[in-house]
Amino acid sequence: MLKTLAKSIREYKKPALLTPVFVIIEVILDCIIPFIIAELVNVIKDGGDLNDILKSGAVLAVMAVLSLIFGICAAHTCSDAACGFAKNLRADMFARIQSFSFENIDRFTTSSLVTRLTTDVTYIQDAYMMIIRTAIRSPLMLIFAFIMAFIMGGSMAWIFVFVVPVLGGGLFLIIKKAMPRFRSVFKKYDRLNASIQENIKGIRVVKSFVREDYENKKFGAAASDIARDFTIAERIVSLDAPLMQFCLYAVMVLNLTVGSYMIVTTGGTRFDVGQLSAFLTYGFMMLNSLMMLSMIFVMITLADESCKRVCEVLREEPTLSSPESPLYEVKDGSVEFRGVSFKYSKKAKRNALEHIELKIRSGETIGIIGGTGSSKSSLVQLIPRLYDVTEGSVFVGGEDVRSYDLDTLRNSVAVVLQKNLLFSGTIKENLRWGNKEASDEELIAACKMACADEFIDSFPDGYDTHIEQGGANVSGGQKQRLCIARALLKKPKIIIFDDSTSAVDTKTDAKIRAALKRYIPETTKIIIAQRTASVEDADRIIVMENGRISAIGSHEQLLGSSEIYRGIYISQNKSSVDESLAENMVKEGAD
Amino acid sequence: MAVNVPRETKAKRSGLLIRLLKLVFSFFPVMAPVAVFLIVFNSIIRSIPSLFMQNIIQLIEESSNQDWSSVGGKILGMVGVLVILYILSLAADVVFYQLMAIITQNTLKKLRQKMFENMQRLPIKYFDTNDHGDIMSHYTNDIDALRQMISQSLPQILMSATCVLVLFFIMIYFSVPLTAVVVLGVVLMTVFIRKIGGGSSKYFVRQQRSLGRLEGFAEEIMNGQKVVKVFCHEEESIKDFDRLNGRLFNDSNRANKYANTLGPLLYNIGNILYVIIAIVGGIFLISGMPNLSLKGAAFSISIVVPFLNMTKQFTGNINQVSHQINAVIMGLAGTKRIFELMDQPHEVDDGYVRLVNSVEAADGSVTETSERTSSWAWKHPHSADGSVTYTPLKGDVRMFDVDFEYEEGKPVLKGISLYAKPGQKVAFVGATGAGKTTITNLINRFYDIADGKIRYDGININKIKKDDLRRSLGIVLQDTNLFTGTVMDNIRYGRLDATDEECMAAARLSGADDFIQRLPDGYSTMLLENGSNLSQGQRQLISIARVAVADPPVMILDEATSSIDTRTEAIVQRGMDALMVGRTVFVIAHRLSTVKNSDVIIVLDHGQIIERGSHQELIDARGQYYQLYTGAFELE
Repeated sequence: MLKTLAKSIREYKKPALLTPVFVIIEVILDCIIPFIIAELVNVIKDGGDLNDILKSGAVLAVMAVLSLIFGICAAHTCSDAACGFAKNLRADMFARIQSFSFENIDRFTTSSLVTRLTTDVTYIQDAYMMIIRTAIRSPLMLIFAFIMAFIMGGSMAWIFVFVVPVLGGGLFLIIKKAMPRFRSVFKKYDRLNASIQENIKGIRVVKSFVREDYENKKFGAAASDIARDFTIAERIVSLDAPLMQFCLYAVMVLNLTVGSYMIVTTGGTRFDVGQLSAFLTYGFMMLNSLMMLSMIFVMITLADESCKRVCEVLREEPTLSSPESPLYEVKDGSVEFRGVSFKYSKKAKRNALEHIELKIRSGETIGIIGGTGSSKSSLVQLIPRLYDVTEGSVFVGGEDVRSYDLDTLRNSVAVVLQKNLLFSGTIKENLRWGNKEASDEELIAACKMACADEFIDSFPDGYDTHIEQGGANVSGGQKQRLCIARALLKKPKIIIFDDSTSAVDTKTDAKIRAALKRYIPETTKIIIAQRTASVEDADRIIVMENGRISAIGSHEQLLGSSEIYRGIYISQNKSSVDESLAENMVKEGAD
Repeated sequence: MAVNVPRETKAKRSGLLIRLLKLVFSFFPVMAPVAVFLIVFNSIIRSIPSLFMQNIIQLIEESSNQDWSSVGGKILGMVGVLVILYILSLAADVVFYQLMAIITQNTLKKLRQKMFENMQRLPIKYFDTNDHGDIMSHYTNDIDALRQMISQSLPQILMSATCVLVLFFIMIYFSVPLTAVVVLGVVLMTVFIRKIGGGSSKYFVRQQRSLGRLEGFAEEIMNGQKVVKVFCHEEESIKDFDRLNGRLFNDSNRANKYANTLGPLLYNIGNILYVIIAIVGGIFLISGMPNLSLKGAAFSISIVVPFLNMTKQFTGNINQVSHQINAVIMGLAGTKRIFELMDQPHEVDDGYVRLVNSVEAADGSVTETSERTSSWAWKHPHSADGSVTYTPLKGDVRMFDVDFEYEEGKPVLKGISLYAKPGQKVAFVGATGAGKTTITNLINRFYDIADGKIRYDGININKIKKDDLRRSLGIVLQDTNLFTGTVMDNIRYGRLDATDEECMAAARLSGADDFIQRLPDGYSTMLLENGSNLSQGQRQLISIARVAVADPPVMILDEATSSIDTRTEAIVQRGMDALMVGRTVFVIAHRLSTVKNSDVIIVLDHGQIIERGSHQELIDARGQYYQLYTGAFELE
């Protein structure tokens, strides 16, 4: 795991290595300072002259300044190192996510990816900063302070040999007891937040069923449950401060008793007043560094979870990529499925597609129809190689899709996805996703084909109208039409509409189809639809059921031969035979 | 999520703090004052050892000839007192930290609950106009920021402040001139804290903002990751991300540099101050300057040495406070947002007409009953003469010249008049944005009309208590929202006291039973994340079952079957027709096949009714509906 993360350190290795060096010097200086202070105190006590005082004072001041300089250096390098590391981690994760295939994307939810990119990286950044600075500083401080105490106080330093393990052991126990509790509470906490989110999203449901009080009660119970668990965990951790105080007091009391006894009995020859006060400082330094160590330990354990989650993303291998020596040109818009079976994940029991054999000629218009879950989308997603087949092969322009460069293939096979999105930015910016270099005229032409031109013109800012995130400020039908225009701008050889006119009214829907026929006749058009009206005029219609092709043929043929197709058609057009007659009359009237 | 940390004036900040403290004290009228007392008590005890040390050193100085027995007793006696004080302090410490754990967690719990409870009472407009992620961050980021402030920063500041105060008096007690030097040093420290601490919080705020921007961008791109793939837009999005990432790096690096510098800086100013005190003390000692102190004692080593230690303690405490500054600023920003959510004005409800269970007597008169009957009535108290009338609930909805706008100057509905007689099925047809959903938003008073009148069984809906109004209306929305829990729980959401059998019957009626039976655990299957383990169509079926179990007299179906394929829809339709018998139903659908069998079809365009009539009437009229209906043929 650490190896994976360490790859993101890169150019920030230097500050990461420099920091401990600065820290070591800082710690040594900090540990010598009390020693010199003891000297100074003794000089004062012994009534030494001003020169001596000034001399020790000057040494001290210089050391303090040096310690400050190195401290500031360490402060800067460790910030560079940690923030830089975090930056690289985020960049690496985002780049990795961009390389994900649809299959990879399906494995993560957006919100979990966002949390990994932000909160988790922040935890890692803080822990990293702690490690290269404090985690090195504290044990060193502990050791140096101990050495200095021995040099100065000799046998007096044995006090620490007893007190330090007490604190260390106590802290260890507290952490050991509290950490599992914290981990389980954090999980509950995530669930609580998820339920708040659910409530916010579903507020219309809550209010229309008048369930405010019910929701309050439900939330109150969950919140109390968490508060209870949190309190228990926190109460355990709260023992560490008194424990620290206890050790500090023990050092104080032992120092004062033993110290003053030694000073008095030896007449200040083996131990003196200045050393007594320095000794207390060392004691404080040691205990404090232990305390810091325990905090670091907690931080690292908390960050451990974040590291795992970040590594999961960094280690996720894109399940498909361009081949070694790819083809960079798609000859025409023909499509062929040969013995294709497909399932979304290896673990899935059932194939989403079963033994598909299908040939589509370049320039043909194909309609696909079928019930929910009949794998219509699965079928078309194999054409631009959004997923790889499990068995068999898919050919585009006479070549296996796996032999093309991915960008080449996807630029030639445009898909208007069912779950389509616009991004925040102007309409123009959104359209240019299809073709960066498209001129304004080309944009307008594509929008005209997609019947989007009209409503765009009705906006005060026209093509410069700002689209809000997800396209929130345009209606569903308008969004779909913009998405179609965006795909048309690619000038693809094959264009796939995955139920992309469901929110467009029937008239506009027909208009778009007519425009496609007229302006891009050579492009293969594959249309998935719920309404038979949307596919009636296709060259051939594929009826899907349970992952298989149940029938292929023209509208008229299928009405006769496919029971499923007829069923769908009737459910949409005729509630009864009588009405169907009436409708035929209407039709005739229209003609 | 980004925390918005606005610039606050000092007065506003202290106002927030006072309100927060008041709240904490009202939650814990005993515990909180005890905790405060313990902190103060403890910080006093912690400052006292200096006094003992001074006395012990004085004794050591006075002792002669390595004779322990002459001073040993006194020293041990003093240490004994110290031990007692320490034991007291430890006891106080243990109790205090335990109290703080309880106070912090329960305060957070209560704040969460208060926020949530208030949020439930907010008008729909609040949810429509505020970013959901932003509302959410009140419960996550803001609460987290507050936790740190309550449990650590505020006690630390109080403790340090008391310590500093007590130390100050002890120092004056020993020596005024030396104290003056310390105070000067502290003033210098404060200047640095302000400068560097200010810089640090400035960049921390910027860092939060940059983080928010990066997060927003990443969320948007990753939400549309499949679109990115389809358009081969990976390179561009990485480029944009790098730009935001670089900015975040700059801000967070600066913020951390400032924050990291503060520690060594204050620590070493403390050291230098220590040296200065030593030198000044030494000069005083040597020159034999008269001391000015409350104690009245002359300068001696037994004053200078403890003084040096006190200087360290003094500066140490100030150092401690400086570390809490950022936490307090972030905590108060969080507090502000939490209070804002708690203070959001509730949905206004002046309604006084209630929905009650009713019994109809033989003579046709309706009376109220507390039992659960299948008939309902509106209880209408008249303030003029104090009488109460009961109107049977029938489901007659009428609109008279209704105007409405979400934003001023942008009318969405203009002069809408319509009626739906009990048992009628009324359909709304029209382009997206024509105002179909808005009409239903007005009937259940998610929004209030600007002008005109809506009457429900002859009663102006403004007079009906909102809860009762909504209870009488069943709504199925296009965007289905299910809750974490089993399928059964989700259906029962419609009527909490429904039995399992009733829920299953409702599922059968709405055509959901079939697929639920095929789920791995049937009705006990857990739904997670808004039922992400189901298809959109299946979610819609469950939400229809949910409203079926509620069995309301009026139903609103807003694109309720849009994601169900037409064959399944036909099955659902049959169930729905059974369900809708004798009910007033409003249907919105873009699939004309869904609305064809309605009693009345209303065609909306740009907020106005342009046509109304039955399917046949509208077809015969050859108007807009006809155009819509036959649109596909017309082009050929």
